[in-house]
Amino acid sequence: MSNSFLKKVVGTTNEYERTPIPSESLKGGKSFLGMYAGEHTAGTEFVIGPLFVAHGVSAGDLIFGLLIGNLLAVLSWGLITGPIAASKRLTLYYQLERIAGKNVVRWYNLVNSLMFCFLAGSMIAVSATAVGIPFDLEMPTLSDWLPRTPGWILTVLLMGAVITLVAIQGYSQVSKFANVMSPWMILVFFAAAIVGLAQLGVGSFESLISIAQEVIWNGVPLAGMSKFTIWHIIFFAWFCNMAMHIGMSDLTILRYAKSWTYGFHSFAGVFLGHFVAWIASGILYSVFLQADSASQEFAPGAIAYETLGIAGAVCVVVAGWTTANPTIYRAGLALQAIFPKVSTWKITAIVGGITSLAACFPALVMKLLDFVALYGLLLMPMGAVIFADFYFSKKMGFQSEAALNSKSDFSIPALLSWVLTLVFCLGLNFFYGVEIFFLGLPGWFVAIAIFIVLSKIKYPLSKSLPL
Amino acid sequence: MKILMKIGSFFSLVLTIVPSILFFVGDLELSQMKWYMGTGMVLWFVTAPFWINKSSKSEQV
Repeated sequence: MSNSFLKKVVGTTNEYERTPIPSESLKGGKSFLGMYAGEHTAGTEFVIGPLFVAHGVSAGDLIFGLLIGNLLAVLSWGLITGPIAASKRLTLYYQLERIAGKNVVRWYNLVNSLMFCFLAGSMIAVSATAVGIPFDLEMPTLSDWLPRTPGWILTVLLMGAVITLVAIQGYSQVSKFANVMSPWMILVFFAAAIVGLAQLGVGSFESLISIAQEVIWNGVPLAGMSKFTIWHIIFFAWFCNMAMHIGMSDLTILRYAKSWTYGFHSFAGVFLGHFVAWIASGILYSVFLQADSASQEFAPGAIAYETLGIAGAVCVVVAGWTTANPTIYRAGLALQAIFPKVSTWKITAIVGGITSLAACFPALVMKLLDFVALYGLLLMPMGAVIFADFYFSKKMGFQSEAALNSKSDFSIPALLSWVLTLVFCLGLNFFYGVEIFFLGLPGWFVAIAIFIVLSKIKYPLSKSLPL
Repeated sequence: MKILMKIGSFFSLVLTIVPSILFFVGDLELSQMKWYMGTGMVLWFVTAPFWINKSSKSEQV
């Protein structure tokens, strides 16, 4: 019964996993604006904004750091991911397979899909803090790693099942869902900021400045939290989606773009979600701390409900969904590359199950900043490999898409670029104390350099291709 | 029909943002503001799906 029901739901979805997108299936700009706005005005924003407050960032550092970091992120999508996506029109996974070979990509895809599952799991957990309100569910605290009650587990598993059902219907359904929800959701974030400021006593421009500097982002970290500077904000804003832009995950989405410039449409997501929403959620958390500074509870749904009522709680649920849906979809595509004969909907259903289990653990929410940085870092080197293969293969004299052209399932240059870059980043962290937020930039250049040097040795153009 | 839905959606967004501004300037109580925002949310959910997705479909062709 369930099998026939799912087949009916999935219908004749064609996601072009191993072929370029045909011109009749390309999507216009509005589709991407909605997708990015929905995806980046998400459940994570209800966590990241408050964590900036907890890390004691100052008001000026936050505003200027976000402006600079978000601009760098948009440029990364527009100038690095967009052109390659529009030229190749392949998924990240198939593109990587042509360069690195099936065996390397298999490992990459496994890591990738697990990271996506954990990210989507954190979104479901955030949504559950709102869904649990009418049931008087005991909420997690900042120090929680494990689920507190069976009720939490049941709530999370039910939500995961519904979200998975939407995700297995493919990109089109995900896009529709984000398009419908994002305008209302974005306005709720604006409303949250306005109401929060009123509750903190802001009545004029002068009081706004003083309360922002002295109450909300007063530059003093909470007990046990490290101090964040403008550099932390710049690099976090730039690299919180490192896997998507310089890590090339969004090749899978942007391959549907009619124009290569649609990567710049990410501005809708980052300047609403990673600017307005982070500021708004920071204000909400500050209101919560003013009321009870000793509370360890960290439940975005409950906090939004207190300030905005039912609209706030529903916004937290929807915000979690609009990120969890495309993330589960991406994770499904990653596993699809490992098991190409299994249909997309079956893979996505499995991914949804793993995601729902991961969501049971509140640690994913409480350690979100570190997890987001780690997940981007782990995936980034393969994006650098795709970039180097696309732009430098002819100029530097090595074979493009070497695994495909040499009929190999295993590319040493790609594998070593990935592994050695991560070793290099680990060394920077371990021996020089460089924080995880700052490792992505040097790592990207190191990955490109390693890939070019090794490709010139292993796949020189003159030896492999007749002139 | 579609134009009615668009008008309904517009009013739902007004009901979402304007009450917060009125609360900020002191013309509305917090409980009233929450009620208006909840009404705006319901109105959005019953009107927006009828026109936002339809424009996405026509765009793909």
